[in-house]
Amino acid sequence: MADPMKIRAKMEGDKTVVRVLMSHEMETGQRKDSAGKIIPAHFITEVTATCNGKTVLSAQWGTSISKNPYLQFQFSGAKAGDKISINWVDNGGDKRSDEATIAA
Amino acid sequence: MTQVINQDRRQALKAGSATAIFGMFVAAGLVKPSAALAQAAGWNQAAFAAKGVDVTVKALGGASPAQTKDMSWGSTPEIAENGAVVPVTVVSKLPKTESIALLVEKNPNTLSAVFTLPAGTDPNIATRLKLAETSNVYALIKADGKYYVAQREIKVTLGGCGG
Repeated sequence: MADPMKIRAKMEGDKTVVRVLMSHEMETGQRKDSAGKIIPAHFITEVTATCNGKTVLSAQWGTSISKNPYLQFQFSGAKAGDKISINWVDNGGDKRSDEATIAA
Repeated sequence: MTQVINQDRRQALKAGSATAIFGMFVAAGLVKPSAALAQAAGWNQAAFAAKGVDVTVKALGGASPAQTKDMSWGSTPEIAENGAVVPVTVVSKLPKTESIALLVEKNPNTLSAVFTLPAGTDPNIATRLKLAETSNVYALIKADGKYYVAQREIKVTLGGCGG
């Protein structure tokens, strides 16, 4: 299991702004180690954000997202105190799910 | 003897079913290319493996997208010092934006990300990309069933894919 995500969700007017910092190597499969062997690709492929049982964002990622990926998005229809949950799955089948409360 | 025969039969069956499944994928891709992007479930392997902007756009189902200026790059820099961490923001002003894809022309694999935006979510996405070198970055925006594209050159002083 990977390290937890840092999730900040905050109301700005009637919109909820969500900032997520994930902890992941995001190995491209292009790099070589000191012995000249290619380091196999290891990266997050799918990210889903849900709030009040509704999907508010889904994303498919490739290898060219930076290491320890950062994601920011905003949506309407939620209020302070609601929970937002972020899930990701990587190409190795590893997954992580974290939850945060939307701040006022 | 029976052992040998069984083995052959098994291999033949395996080979047959693999071909059939592959065929189904191809057929699905040919008949409804746009469905691939709409389906949030399932990673779009073909699109992510594609090389070159045109091929990737096609793999995402958007043949010959129209150029658009109804979007902004937010705080995306024009010159990035470190290609491993390039902050990219895309804000679409097109009504009914359904998805935003980010493509980097000179990366080994062109497609970086596809964001699917359900109703209620603003077409305003920020993330960080790796750029192998100075390159055009494209935002492929799907709005109201149509595809639009916008581009910006981001100069990189230090590559993001070096060892």
